[in-house]
Amino acid sequence: MAPETKHLEVTLDTHVESVNLAEEMCVRVAEAAGFNEDECYRIGMSVREGVINAFHYGNQEKPEKKIHLEIELTEERMIIHVLDEGRGFRLTDVPDPLAQENLLSTSGRGIFLMKAFMDEFDVHPGKTGGAELVMAKRLPPLGNPTNNRNGSASNSGAPHQEA
Amino acid sequence: MPSLFATTREYSGITLVDLSGRISLGDGSALLRKTVRDLLDEGRTKIILNLGDVNYIDSSGIGELVSGFTAVRNRGGELKLLNLTKKVHDLLQITKLFTVFDVFNDESTAMRSFD
Repeated sequence: MAPETKHLEVTLDTHVESVNLAEEMCVRVAEAAGFNEDECYRIGMSVREGVINAFHYGNQEKPEKKIHLEIELTEERMIIHVLDEGRGFRLTDVPDPLAQENLLSTSGRGIFLMKAFMDEFDVHPGKTGGAELVMAKRLPPLGNPTNNRNGSASNSGAPHQEA
Repeated sequence: MPSLFATTREYSGITLVDLSGRISLGDGSALLRKTVRDLLDEGRTKIILNLGDVNYIDSSGIGELVSGFTAVRNRGGELKLLNLTKKVHDLLQITKLFTVFDVFNDESTAMRSFD
């Protein structure tokens, strides 16, 4: 039997409120998947930064553009895709916010935080021409007392199973 | 409901801003920006931001802290941070901003640092 994958897709408006909505949605899925509070915070923050990136840099805050959020839950990982309708960018072109000359920059830390907080992070050209951020976190091992993946977590926030 | 609240106190020419809530994209970052700008417009350039009740900061909030720090410094003043929660402390550490800001765990020590 093929391993079970759960899948959720949402299209969000290019609006500040979408940032909070995406964060809340992913934190609920992460909680239901058994991540502990710290990991949920890190996942929530990463999704937040991904959607801020799409909202501000990708879609340039244009309300007619959309942000596509996709969450996959496999046996091993929670994978999140954030796709914008902008011009796309290359990871290698993003300045290092830890470089001395960038320390006092008022922006440019979002990608760094996603890389720091997730196990995997990459940027691909999106199907709609924008940038697709892909980030993943390994699910906590079953039986670890510091996580919630031991049968006690509610499934109320879990995504539906892919058809 | 606003995501951030700010109240100010003043002692001996030093302004303490007690912040509570989230400094994040939207009204949280905007309130911090306005608070610092208003203080500078009033000529108050010795500022301590008390972050003891700030439980969340995103990259927009970090940017706003840096912006405030630079704006105050450009007026010849200083902006310092007080009572970081663990999450905020960790965030400033991984972004290397701990090396930029003066950070204190005690209000009277923070006040004396302006002497």
